[in-house]
Amino acid sequence: MKMDIAFGQYCHGDSVLHRLDPRVKIVTAIVFIVEIFLAKSAASFALIVAATVLLLALSGISPRIILRGIRPIVFVILFTAVINIFFVRGEKPLVEFWVIKIYPEGLINAAFIAIRIIVLIVSTSLFLTYTTTPIALTDGLEQLLSPLSKIKLPVHEFSMMMTIALRFIPTLIEETEKIMNAQKARGADFSTGGLIKRARALIPIMIPLFVSAFRRADELATAMECRCYTGGKGRTRLNVLKAGPADLIFALCVVALGAAVVLLNIYVPFFKVGIY
Amino acid sequence: MAIVELRGINFIYNKGTPYETHALKDVDLCVNEGEITGLIGPTGSGKSTLVQLINGILKPTDGDVILDGVNIWEQPKKIREARFKAGVVMQYPEYQLFADTVRDDIAFGPKNMGLGEEEINERVEKAASFAGLDPSVMSRSPFDLSGGQKRRAALAGVIAMEPKVLILDEPAAGLDPGGRAEVLGGLKKYQRTVGSSIIIVSHSMEDMANYCDRIVVMTDGKIVMTGTPSQIFARYNDLIGLGLDVPRVTRVAAALSRRGIDLGEVYTVGYAVEKLSELL
Repeated sequence: MKMDIAFGQYCHGDSVLHRLDPRVKIVTAIVFIVEIFLAKSAASFALIVAATVLLLALSGISPRIILRGIRPIVFVILFTAVINIFFVRGEKPLVEFWVIKIYPEGLINAAFIAIRIIVLIVSTSLFLTYTTTPIALTDGLEQLLSPLSKIKLPVHEFSMMMTIALRFIPTLIEETEKIMNAQKARGADFSTGGLIKRARALIPIMIPLFVSAFRRADELATAMECRCYTGGKGRTRLNVLKAGPADLIFALCVVALGAAVVLLNIYVPFFKVGIY
Repeated sequence: MAIVELRGINFIYNKGTPYETHALKDVDLCVNEGEITGLIGPTGSGKSTLVQLINGILKPTDGDVILDGVNIWEQPKKIREARFKAGVVMQYPEYQLFADTVRDDIAFGPKNMGLGEEEINERVEKAASFAGLDPSVMSRSPFDLSGGQKRRAALAGVIAMEPKVLILDEPAAGLDPGGRAEVLGGLKKYQRTVGSSIIIVSHSMEDMANYCDRIVVMTDGKIVMTGTPSQIFARYNDLIGLGLDVPRVTRVAAALSRRGIDLGEVYTVGYAVEKLSELL
């Protein structure tokens, strides 16, 4: 079994997008998502798609990696598109065949929804996962949420837990593979038999994995204590996040994009989409 | 007769991605029946990959793996047969222990082979004694044992399958000198009693010199030397050039011969002592 997960798939690079402040990226990503949902006409959709393509160009990430990221959700896209084609009712049917009636509105809706899902996935992964290291991401999140520590929420501790969890995902995957190979070498069989047999076959993997995860956690805690870690209070940072002019320009561009989308919706309302 | 034969093996990790690594390049290897073969090479030379190819955990990108006269990938459905014929003890095997008792854990392999209860029990006892496990630990939890005992329990788990060839990846790594000698000595005893073949992967030149009949040297995914320990260690300068070492006692002998005291080819401490007492 080959384990290939796309989670947290950071693509190393040194583009404008990579260098942006993670806090700015998190906020603008949320704003961008709202803008995607604001787009309601052909013109505003075209603008959103153009903006996403521009983001892709800015990031310097190969389109092939982006396509690989879309592959797992192709089914979802097709499914929603097909539902829209067959179930959206309009005024004049384009095709009528037995009980099936396809309206032009349905086709437009289907196309827009497909574009919306693709743009949503591509843009958020460009903003966040592909161009921001998991560590920078949790760092940014911690600082964005730091006002919450005023009401006694342990923001720093949560973000530390998240950072550690992210850090250990590859380690645990590697460990799982090693243990699986060792049990396979003793003739363990994970790929035949019914559900119960397969679930039982996982016991020889899960137990050693848990044992070693706890051992690791224990060792890590000791190592952190040895270096006088006592939680967030009074802790300074090695890399202090600083938003520069580039961050400001980027944020302004994303806001301007939102305004443009709203204006295009009102003044260039061709192919306006219905309710969904 | 060859128990393991590798013909024209190439192995590439992550083929077709930017992370592609050519781990083994045109490797041909013959492992003779009833011998202890040592596999040495610097870190990243492809030793562990080679080991995992022999029992079919990895499938070669190119080339054939012939185990006991059978090409193991001829019938991919029967790959488990290869796992039983070639018992592999992975690096740090103590992390594979999982059962409630040491006895159950050792029985895991034989159970997977579909043997009867009586035979399983017999094999478990035999394997435990070869691995040097005290009968008193058999009904304890494997997680309560000491590091050295865990290692032995894991070793017994593979020996209990009675493989035709036993393959060990760094069996003595992380053990103290006493534990090292016990584990490796136990293997030698096992090999003499059962007559099976053993392949040992190790970094330790001393272990190689003491226990192996034949040594295979790898670097950079290729086999660069094969021969008896004396043939290999005679190529002192080549080994150093490859970033490897020779046994410490061989270095001592070389230094002595530069000062005019020729001991001949020396690669075990025992032999050096013998030679030196002759001179005295």
